[in-house]
Amino acid sequence: MATKTHNERAWWFVLPVVLLVAFNALVPLMTVVNYSVQESFSQGVWFWSGVDWFEDTLNSSRFQAALGRQLMFTGVILAIEIPLGIAIALTMPKSGPWVPVCLVLMALPLLIPWNVVGAMWNIFALPDIGLLGYTVNALGIDYDYTQQPISAWITVIAMDVWHWTSLVVLLAYAGLASIPDAYYQAAKIDGAGRWAVFRHIELPKMNRVLTIAILLRFMDSFMIYTEPFVLTGGGPGNSTTFLSIDLVKKALGEFDLGPAAAMSLIYFLITLLVSWLFYTLMTRQEEG
Amino acid sequence: MQRWLVPTLYILFLMLPIYWLLAMSFKTTNEILGGFTLWPQEFTLENYAVIFNDPTWYWGYFNSLIYVSINTVISLAVALPAAYAFSRFRFTGDKHLFFWLLTNRMAPPAVFALPFLQLYSSVGLFDTHIAVALAHCLFNIPLAVWILEGFMSGVPKELDETAYVDGHSFGSFFFRIFMPTITSGIGVAAFFCFMFSWVELLLAKTLTAVEAKPIAAIMTKTASSSGYELGLLAAAGCLTIVPGAFVIYFVRNYIAKGFALGRV
Repeated sequence: MATKTHNERAWWFVLPVVLLVAFNALVPLMTVVNYSVQESFSQGVWFWSGVDWFEDTLNSSRFQAALGRQLMFTGVILAIEIPLGIAIALTMPKSGPWVPVCLVLMALPLLIPWNVVGAMWNIFALPDIGLLGYTVNALGIDYDYTQQPISAWITVIAMDVWHWTSLVVLLAYAGLASIPDAYYQAAKIDGAGRWAVFRHIELPKMNRVLTIAILLRFMDSFMIYTEPFVLTGGGPGNSTTFLSIDLVKKALGEFDLGPAAAMSLIYFLITLLVSWLFYTLMTRQEEG
Repeated sequence: MQRWLVPTLYILFLMLPIYWLLAMSFKTTNEILGGFTLWPQEFTLENYAVIFNDPTWYWGYFNSLIYVSINTVISLAVALPAAYAFSRFRFTGDKHLFFWLLTNRMAPPAVFALPFLQLYSSVGLFDTHIAVALAHCLFNIPLAVWILEGFMSGVPKELDETAYVDGHSFGSFFFRIFMPTITSGIGVAAFFCFMFSWVELLLAKTLTAVEAKPIAAIMTKTASSSGYELGLLAAAGCLTIVPGAFVIYFVRNYIAKGFALGRV
């Protein structure tokens, strides 16, 4: 990487970005902070309430349960999507007319509006008239995602795997495509097995793109709202109520602005903390 | 084991729900609710006819396309110079600024929905295309800067220096030499802006009521208010896939590199 020259006038280049993003980020963020430390009994009347809402939120079993479900969901989909994505990328053709066909077909789920993804899986998995639900039940397995929490979880996870594994595939594939043929030839001469090639050539080369994949998948799965909301509405019961769904219920449904704002900030800080860890790891790799 | 088996099975898995949506869109409501049929028994175009003949339906598509396009143009216009600055210069606070930009990509839209509604109402932009386009800048600008910075860092600095020696001004260098060399990067950034603006619904729905209502929101409303019209819902869903498929086709040759954000 070329060395960069020091130039303070570069600020003029980034100024428009800073202004636009600040308008969108700082004003709403301050609104949220403002709500989070006040108590309202009627329209327009506010009292200072300090960190009460934060303590309440952290101690509430409802928040802890939603956070638990959220962590579980993110953990499960990362554990499935990352290895599966790598495996598919490894078996894809490296060149030829099928490459663009594969890539276009695989990218398709990424461009479908999120509520359509939810609606699509809702129809697809219906036990009486959906292709998936009907087939599974015909095989003798009792499956109804509208009634059974386990089925609902499996459906939500299958939907996310369907929706986002391609992102991992495309990233891993890009990493693999950058490995020169000479590496493989050298490995062949050394008599390296399939596993050794993967462990010592392919995996290190995919390191950087995989970090991006994990970072993006972590952030987006942690913020997931529309797809599970359309698919299950957070149910049955509260079994698939993730953090965002719970938050929107609180803020727009129950209009509990103080607690909702405190919850927003805690939620945002958790996302920020984990993402910062990934980001530091990533930049360290780039420098090292 | 055959090498093509795994990708083929995976693509088959991806296509199944899409096939089901497509099949459903050609069925009559009676057939859908009447029981399980693998393909349409009475093939009908009725569901599509409803959408193409009703302005509230087809304007939903135009509304979505309008704010997505405005958003893509704004995001790229401001992200290009910023990405150039990040890839070429060191300046006070550059690393912190870059991370701050990325934090906005990490902000859950659910957190911002209500404050956004208040902010855009107070500046009189509620229910306009520009409001949604600006709101989507929150996550699209950081992403565009990130992608473009990756592509620009891959261009050797000698290109800039040679151009200045040849007597180009900065403007002439940037527009006539630099931008053409990173066309693929710009295409990829535009693709991502389009994609994330097109698929996002929570903010778009919160910020609009009638005039700028996105198709995705019309789908949920209409389908639930007029009974359980699954066929209509499926047809509308199928039509939302079309613009995305169109855009992927244009960037198909850069797509792999693009998803790696130029950082392979």
